[in-house]
Amino acid sequence: MLDLIQIGLGSLALGLKALTVQNVIMIAVGCGLLYLGISKDYEPLLLVPIGFGAVLVNIPLAELMGEEGLLRHFYDFGVITEIFPCLIFIGIGAMTDFTPLLENPRILLLGAAGQFGIFLTLLLALLLGFNLMDSIAIGVIGACDGPTSIYVTSKYAPHLLGAVSVAAYSYMALVPLIQPPIMRMLTTDRERKIKMSYPEKSVSKALKIVFPLVVTVVTCLIAPMGTPLMGMLMLGNLMKESGVVSRLTKASENELANIVTLLLGLSIGATMEGAAFLKPQTLLILGLGFLAICLDTVAGVLFGKLMCFLTKGKVNPLIGAAGISAYPMAARVVQTEGRRYDSSNWLLMHAMGANTGGQVGSIMAAAIMLSVLKGLGLG
Amino acid sequence: MSNFSYGLVITVIGMGGTVVSLWLITLVVDLLKRAFPYRESEEKERKEVV
Repeated sequence: MLDLIQIGLGSLALGLKALTVQNVIMIAVGCGLLYLGISKDYEPLLLVPIGFGAVLVNIPLAELMGEEGLLRHFYDFGVITEIFPCLIFIGIGAMTDFTPLLENPRILLLGAAGQFGIFLTLLLALLLGFNLMDSIAIGVIGACDGPTSIYVTSKYAPHLLGAVSVAAYSYMALVPLIQPPIMRMLTTDRERKIKMSYPEKSVSKALKIVFPLVVTVVTCLIAPMGTPLMGMLMLGNLMKESGVVSRLTKASENELANIVTLLLGLSIGATMEGAAFLKPQTLLILGLGFLAICLDTVAGVLFGKLMCFLTKGKVNPLIGAAGISAYPMAARVVQTEGRRYDSSNWLLMHAMGANTGGQVGSIMAAAIMLSVLKGLGLG
Repeated sequence: MSNFSYGLVITVIGMGGTVVSLWLITLVVDLLKRAFPYRESEEKERKEVV
């Protein structure tokens, strides 16, 4: 009888006995993410479920990522099948207003320049010894676009999903800290004070409705592999602009986006199991991801300077920094920086235009990469 | 073909393709703006509805 009691009590200590140093470190990392989300308000919608998922998956013997584990079901259903990132894009589309972009379509080109960091980082990752698929997944952190990063990584390098998504979302949250020094370094005082005019004419409702449809057809014909992402983004936007399916629009931007964000965050956190995550490679990926976003900002601002030169000073180069996909954070950073040097300077709407261009640009860059890979027989 | 060569091909086509695609969209938007111009009456109608 005493033996049985001892065995019974011993079974309660099994979890503690199986706890490894790696588990403890990753539980601390998970708590760190929770702290950033809760106390610092850095992307709390994502960092809270990711952080909690990381804590859960590092509890020994719980087997949450085992064959029949709860988090494994979420992961297999939504991430492996690429359903979650696509559903998130419907919500993003329903929340995005392309009007500033339609008022000044040339700004869309800044959204292309803002993706150069993806490709430069891809080359750097290859030089550092990563294989091609891993390098593509690492480079795409520079899209500064969580769902796109997850979509590409789950397709080609699922073993890097934890590191890539944590990097993508953490750096998105850190855009207000990462971008300003680069923007100041690359622009002159005179350039930062340039005031941009606002066009008087507005955009017709018909144009706003036709735009998502036309963009879908044009971009998906060029790079068909991006159709799930671009198609869902533009479907969300079409629903919003048409105004005839307000229930679907509201559901997309609220219930759908919230539920998928929760499950996606937990699934990403579930990939942060100590033994798999704690490798020197992870630190390298985090470093390369940081570099990718810095390079995006550099390319965007330099392209802004080129536009400033070509338009004889009518474009403020700062708005180039908004050509990344971190919406609307990057646009807010531009507005804040502009006003820091001239409090009467309002760059927000122009920056919003570049920022929505960055959203389209990041999907396009990923879609082209996927399509080229398929064309080369590698995808 | 080495991994780096593949990477270079993807980089060149990726960067060029992204710029050209977005440039094409700006041209299309310009055309669409002509096809669906903004009318003052539209704004008035919207204000009335509001």
